[in-house]
Amino acid sequence: MKKKSGEQGSAAVALTLATFLVIFTIATVYLFLAKIWWFPPAISEFGKQIDAQFHRTLVITGVVFVLAQLGLALAIYTGRDRGQKVSFFEGNSTMEFVWTLATIIMFVGLGLYGEHAWAEAHFQGAEPGALQLEVTGQQFAWNFRYAGPDGKFGGTKPELVSASTGNPLGLDPRDATSKDDVVSPVAYVPVGHEVELIIRTQDVTHSFYVRELRLKQDAVPGMTIHMHFNATVPGEYELACAELCGLGHYRMRSFVNVVSQEEFDKWMRDQETALQQQ
Amino acid sequence: MVTHESGGHHHPPTGFIRKYIFSLDHKVIGIQYYILALFSVFLGMALSMLMRIHLVWPNAKMPFTPGGQMTPEQYLALVTMHGSIMVFMVLTTAPQSGFGNYMLPIQIGAEDMAFPVLNMLSFWTTFLSLVVLTSAFFVTGGAPISGWTAYPPLSALGQITGPGEGTGQTLWVIGVAIFCIASLLGALNFITTTVDLRAKGMTLGRMPLTVWSWLITAILGLLAFGVLLAACLLLLLDRVAGTSFFIPGGLVVTDTPIVSHTGGSPLLWQHLFWFFGHPEVYIAILPGMGVASHVLSTFSRKPVFGYKAMVGALGAIGFLGFCVWGHHMFISGMSPYSAFAFSLLTMTIGVPSAIKTFNWLGTVWGGKIHFTTAMMFALGFVSLFVTGGLSGLFLAQPSIDLYLHDTYFVVAHFHLIMGVAAIFGIFAATYFWFPKMFGRMLNETIGKIHFWLTFAGVYAIFMPMHFLGLAGHPRRYADTTGVNFLAPLHPVHYFITIAAMITITAQLIFLFNFLYSLKAGEKATENPWNATTLEWSIPSPPPFDNFAGHVPVVYRGPYEFSVPGATEDYIPQHVTPERVGKAH
Repeated sequence: MKKKSGEQGSAAVALTLATFLVIFTIATVYLFLAKIWWFPPAISEFGKQIDAQFHRTLVITGVVFVLAQLGLALAIYTGRDRGQKVSFFEGNSTMEFVWTLATIIMFVGLGLYGEHAWAEAHFQGAEPGALQLEVTGQQFAWNFRYAGPDGKFGGTKPELVSASTGNPLGLDPRDATSKDDVVSPVAYVPVGHEVELIIRTQDVTHSFYVRELRLKQDAVPGMTIHMHFNATVPGEYELACAELCGLGHYRMRSFVNVVSQEEFDKWMRDQETALQQQ
Repeated sequence: MVTHESGGHHHPPTGFIRKYIFSLDHKVIGIQYYILALFSVFLGMALSMLMRIHLVWPNAKMPFTPGGQMTPEQYLALVTMHGSIMVFMVLTTAPQSGFGNYMLPIQIGAEDMAFPVLNMLSFWTTFLSLVVLTSAFFVTGGAPISGWTAYPPLSALGQITGPGEGTGQTLWVIGVAIFCIASLLGALNFITTTVDLRAKGMTLGRMPLTVWSWLITAILGLLAFGVLLAACLLLLLDRVAGTSFFIPGGLVVTDTPIVSHTGGSPLLWQHLFWFFGHPEVYIAILPGMGVASHVLSTFSRKPVFGYKAMVGALGAIGFLGFCVWGHHMFISGMSPYSAFAFSLLTMTIGVPSAIKTFNWLGTVWGGKIHFTTAMMFALGFVSLFVTGGLSGLFLAQPSIDLYLHDTYFVVAHFHLIMGVAAIFGIFAATYFWFPKMFGRMLNETIGKIHFWLTFAGVYAIFMPMHFLGLAGHPRRYADTTGVNFLAPLHPVHYFITIAAMITITAQLIFLFNFLYSLKAGEKATENPWNATTLEWSIPSPPPFDNFAGHVPVVYRGPYEFSVPGATEDYIPQHVTPERVGKAH
């Protein structure tokens, strides 16, 4: 067979491509180890479980990534035209069987391992005595509601919704249980206390996302969805909308303030006082 | 298996219109699809460039934004149209309808598709779909802002939910519905052709892996696009006929109660959409897998490692592809128990994907590699497939998805695996088959420059996006100033934008090579790569009815390279056993 343009400089091309793959692999591994851009520390036991599962997955995928990219680099480098004879083989059933089995065990095993954290988030409800916190999304704001001293969320009506006149949730003034409901654009929760989130939306789909809690849940029109968390580190944590909801999606944010029980009680009293003065 | 047509023979058309516009020739139709995809990919890239510029320089004056700066709704319109055009008009169109149309009949030894008129109709229906889709830019309110996923009720309630959600969204729904019809017609044709029109001796076990991948992709298309078509019709009815398939009661949009709708479910759309949407990922990537296998074998001068395992893996990926759509919906509010099943099935799909990767490495291993540009892109495909595939193992786990869902990590993942890897498959196919299709060689030196800028470029664009996602950066944000924790990520965005500018500019090099070589490229011989499949047994470019009345007979498998005892390092499929070892 006569020489084709593709074969000229075969060794140089092979070396360059193999070197590129090696450098790319090292750079990627470095960036994942250096953690320059990384998730913020978790503020709940649940969040730490997610992080642990993430790291397990990172180790396994990392090993496969390095082996596959370096394997490719090696195959390319050794395959350069150095006057060798091609080793003719059309396959190897034993090898196929071994790596199929190995991948099944590795991937499915990893998946099964991770189900525990998911089950904790979703299969079991909030602990008894959890603080009930309703969060409602609307284009492009979040509103939190606490049931107040009576422990009951009052009724709401779509036709009463009026963000401009201070009734963003459409609380029904004729419902006695709604009178003490505290509505706030930011959330306050006591540290180390179980919180049950009741997630709703008024208009389109939004998504409740607090990075430090490792929680994300779509707010779906027509549905009420429950999640729960227990934050153990005080602080102000940003809530960002994570589901495309319209032109203001990028600025639809709020804050979840994790504070001591005393601060929380004081904040709640202030809110209730303000309500009574209305 | 039909070995020879009787009476169905059609003669070459003479007029310009029947020859180049409303042609029945699968080769012309394949090129028409390719040109449509080429136009679309440059349009789609231009849209992404505007997005990247806006993210880094939000105050930059932009063309096409009469007010000067880009508004959030204009940004989201770009998001929607970039995704829709790339997924439908490029990734679905070029690898399957373009190359599949041109090469599938030739590779199985047929003189055309089974239904040439249907074939012409499917192209022109696709063209109509592109016109309707892009016309959304030019109507009042502009293109829709709901993304290519068009989740209702954002996409269902009309103008009230935002600009672009009026006429623009309606045109989008109609455009996509038309595309579904075109894809269904194409899928029927591909399946029938492969089943019925194979030449004598072209048994299933001797089909090139490209043909296998086009066949399985066609089956996926037949099963998936019907569902999207139904979903689009329901969404259209919700928008224009007052139905409530996807709209529940009691909604209030900007203090206005929506009293005319009740009883629908937004999740129904998501199930229907992703029942299509996940197989769509494989519709985009399977032909690339076929091309990669084919090109890696040809230029390693070695048979494909584990041909049967490769076919089995294609089938397994195709089948499992229909069982995993729920992994797009872990946080959507669907039953958390079903997430468990969807997660394990998704992890399982990693197994045939891993088999393919191992076998590609096995194919290259021990070979004598010819570093053509086609081969470089095929090798790049393997690297990208590994990188993009592995991040899927994070997202397939609902617990980790609680953090990573709808962040840039997802953007990085699907761009690498479904976007860039598939594009590398398209490039490998282009550099490999251009000589056959146009009778001239693409310039290899320019091709190499194009490869290096593209390979380094796409990694520079999409690897950093993983870190944006790990830092929790939500996707589809028109601006990075609305949320505090995004501020430290600005340097990463800056880097990505610069990389995107260079990479997109580099594609002009490809365009130049394509046009220049079309005119002035070195003349291609019948079989410039010393390849084995049937398209290399006929002139470049092939005559009107492919085999010029001669009916090919196939004597062997598709990848007989470096067979011990043979004098040449390749034995074409049509070479009789008696002629092996002699000059052919």
